[in-house]
Amino acid sequence: MIDKTVASLEAAVAGIHDGATIMIGGFGGAGMPAELIDALIAQGATDLTIVNNNAGNGDTGLAALLKAGRVRRILCSFPRQADSWVFDELYRSGRIELELVPQGNLAERIRAAGAGIGAFFTPTGFGTQLAEGKETRNIGGRDYVLEYPIHADFALIKADKGDRWGNLVYRKTARNFGPIMASAAKCAIAQVSEIVELGALDPEVVVTPGIFVKRVVQVSQTPAAAAASHGTTEAAA
Amino acid sequence: MNKLTRAQMAARVARDIPEGAYVNLGIGLPTLVANHLPEGREIVLQSENGILGMGPAPEQGQEDWDLINAGKQPVTQLPGCAYFHHADSFAMMRGGHLDFCVLGAFQVSASGDLANWHTGAPDAIPAVGGAMDLAIGARQVFVMMEHLTKGGESKLVERCTYPLTGIGCVSRVYTDLAVIDVTPEGLVATEWVEGLDFDELARLTAAPLRRGDKTGN
Repeated sequence: MIDKTVASLEAAVAGIHDGATIMIGGFGGAGMPAELIDALIAQGATDLTIVNNNAGNGDTGLAALLKAGRVRRILCSFPRQADSWVFDELYRSGRIELELVPQGNLAERIRAAGAGIGAFFTPTGFGTQLAEGKETRNIGGRDYVLEYPIHADFALIKADKGDRWGNLVYRKTARNFGPIMASAAKCAIAQVSEIVELGALDPEVVVTPGIFVKRVVQVSQTPAAAAASHGTTEAAA
Repeated sequence: MNKLTRAQMAARVARDIPEGAYVNLGIGLPTLVANHLPEGREIVLQSENGILGMGPAPEQGQEDWDLINAGKQPVTQLPGCAYFHHADSFAMMRGGHLDFCVLGAFQVSASGDLANWHTGAPDAIPAVGGAMDLAIGARQVFVMMEHLTKGGESKLVERCTYPLTGIGCVSRVYTDLAVIDVTPEGLVATEWVEGLDFDELARLTAAPLRRGDKTGN
């Protein structure tokens, strides 16, 4: 019998090794697997490379992982925010490496890893600082930049419901990076608000098929907890 | 002269968004455009974190923190709304499916280069988000910005001095003084505010400016 469900958050993050590359889902707070991140902090893995859209908000979740000194390098599109003080301090004091990636390139590089694509040409970033030193090509009269996939050892993502085969459905804009990170990591670990019986998810609406997911853990979500872990405003460009 | 307020600028941009358009409104000033879309036009707003058919902010107390916009503010869903993951979201831009985006800017050049993500200051922490994808992806890129910096310098320039977001990507610029098209022949002003004459507008613009048909405000 296939059973990808695990009984505890501790079991969910077991085996994450020092030096691992970990994708963490979420756009700001929406879809951020806060409980899995807390479990990772307790588990102790360090010297990590993290892939996330942002670089932590406030003092909880990803920011807490950074603050605990576990992260050597981060790949993200939008680190600077009104409440990214943990990252800002680490960055200014040279204690964390940053690879800044345009958001769509970040998404497509993650997608490419999961889809077995060796590299791809994208128009995004051509002629800008973020494409300096990269191979370019003019295709059909348009300029493109060569970008490589981002693979990960683990992905920590948050979904709404899951079953023992690892099928997942998400909730609203909390879906964001979840599906592509699940496919790009060797071991995708999903926290869900509810584990349902096999067959309870309508196959027509399954967003992440279970083949991409290795572990599923249930984390009961109270509305108050949800509100407390969110609620930030990004600085305008 | 009667400089446009931020709300008037937003209303002016909104007037040019046609029925049936798929539109992404950038963070900050462009977000205001949503409040001024003409009644009776069906326009679909996209937010790059994964929603088409985004509605206005919820009533206080009705916030759902799984339903936010790119500025991480709570929004609502309209009938017909759809959610999608990030790779699909940016495929909508790069793939040429998004009709318009409206972005803020530090500078726009005479050839439509855009600088809006980084001041280049050595101590600034860079952050780009979806700006580069939107700049090259949307079929038409509208920029909405003050004509002048707080120091009185033109934000329309011959060549951008700030780090670029995209090359030759801007279609039209809406400022608090004028509406300016970016054409193969350079910048063309099509409207300017009451009490400002074209020569004065040209003097306030640090790139060659041609006079188009004034359609009036």
